[in-house]
Amino acid sequence: MLKIDQNLFDLGRMDTLAMGDSPLHRLDPRAKLLTTLIFIVSVVSFGKYELSAMVPFFIYPLALIAAGGLPLSYLLRKVMIVAPFAIFIGIFNPMLDREILLSLGTFHISGGWISYLSILMRFTLTVLAALTLIAITGFSTVCLALEKLGMPQPFVVQLLFLYRYIFVLTEEAARLVRARSLRVFESRGLGFKPFISLVGNLLLRTLDRAQRVHLAMHCRGFDGRIPILRPMRLGWPEIRYVAAWAVLFGLLRFYNLPMKLGILMTGLFT
Amino acid sequence: MSHHTIEARELHYVYPDGTQGLNGVSFHIGHGESVALVGANGAGKSTLLLHLNGCLAATRGELRIGDYPVTEKNIKAVRRSVGMVFQDPDDQLFMPTVFDDVAFGPLNLGLPVKEVELRVMQALETVGVSHLSKRPPYKLSGGEKRSVAIATVLSMSPDILVMDEPSASLDPRSRRRLIEMLKTFEHTKIIATHDLDMAMDLCERTIVLHEGRVTADGPTSEIFRNEELLTNSGLEKPLGLQKCPACGAGPVHPTD
Repeated sequence: MLKIDQNLFDLGRMDTLAMGDSPLHRLDPRAKLLTTLIFIVSVVSFGKYELSAMVPFFIYPLALIAAGGLPLSYLLRKVMIVAPFAIFIGIFNPMLDREILLSLGTFHISGGWISYLSILMRFTLTVLAALTLIAITGFSTVCLALEKLGMPQPFVVQLLFLYRYIFVLTEEAARLVRARSLRVFESRGLGFKPFISLVGNLLLRTLDRAQRVHLAMHCRGFDGRIPILRPMRLGWPEIRYVAAWAVLFGLLRFYNLPMKLGILMTGLFT
Repeated sequence: MSHHTIEARELHYVYPDGTQGLNGVSFHIGHGESVALVGANGAGKSTLLLHLNGCLAATRGELRIGDYPVTEKNIKAVRRSVGMVFQDPDDQLFMPTVFDDVAFGPLNLGLPVKEVELRVMQALETVGVSHLSKRPPYKLSGGEKRSVAIATVLSMSPDILVMDEPSASLDPRSRRRLIEMLKTFEHTKIIATHDLDMAMDLCERTIVLHEGRVTADGPTSEIFRNEELLTNSGLEKPLGLQKCPACGAGPVHPTD
């Protein structure tokens, strides 16, 4: 049975995690957001065949997970949910790019495989970092930080509403699916046609709800702007935090640490 | 100069698809009155409520809130004095946290931050949920959501409270708590409901709507004892006025 309401959008737990209390949780969200953005840019800017140089970057999400007391397995499961996108993006690389780049004895690895693995590694790093950011900050706080950093308000409001109503929407969808499954016998009625009307129904309900929410907003004086009170303060701890990580990312980006280490080791033994 | 009165004169409303919503509704509600609006499904209760703060504009007739006629020009003043609690709290609670949601109205009124914070905490305390202020709305129970929805309106300190089915989908204890809470409010109240027992507890006056028309308007206790009227309007006597089906004992509110 479809368990969208239980598995996929077990997002609520993210908010519970974000309510924790650690020095990391107390840091201004803008600092955390900025650091994660620098991290993502550093990782994504690597060359197509780069693999080893990216490994040390795992220190960032892992350090945050450790310092924030987050459950690693839970976050990894969330990464797996979006993994199919990355897996299919690069799936043809090994077939298209057959130039041998690496040979281990008689075992040859083509450039396609390396670039494919590189895509997967990038994906894991960036998604894990983004999820960690949300888990220690809270989705809506990340949105507010984006606004304070200059993102136009319509986008912020879109994100906030998406997050607010995704729970309502999945519940509604789950109810529809459940109601259908109770009246489906021997897979009759599971076909495409009932599915279309189910989705259509969901869309209409959503439009209706949107209208009611809009009315409710107008009743309380909505004039196109969403006012939110959330004092934020950038102090020395934040500056130190961003600066330290930025320096580390810079070093890791321009010096291939594992390679250096490898050369050092092989140098010692030859 | 009271803002707490509502005066409707021959309100007509036709929906864009041609459905007749209101068909000549007139009444006057005075300062501090608590009025139940009852009627079968589709009688026009929600349509009428949506007129009270200008969400819908009457096709014909006049509506005045206090000294203002409800028109495009006065809509801000009207919405300031009429607080509307929607039927589904999920429609009303759209902000990331309970605090943000209760602060939404006062911030839109342009009040200073300190005042807003004070009002939010007062409103949450009034409905007894100040411990929830940091929680996201989707994590609340049905009763908690309802209380917060009421707080979002109280924080704007309205003169008139308009509620659509406040006791719907609440468990018996939450319903009782809600009734006790509403009793303490001194606002002018209009409560659209199918819960006639709650109406008996809260409202001294009842307006019965049927097919877009007012079929009765008077003291609640009289109207609910008029079986013929109730049947004609698609309603039933409240349980408190019926004999106990289990033991046959007399009604809680005996007929005089």
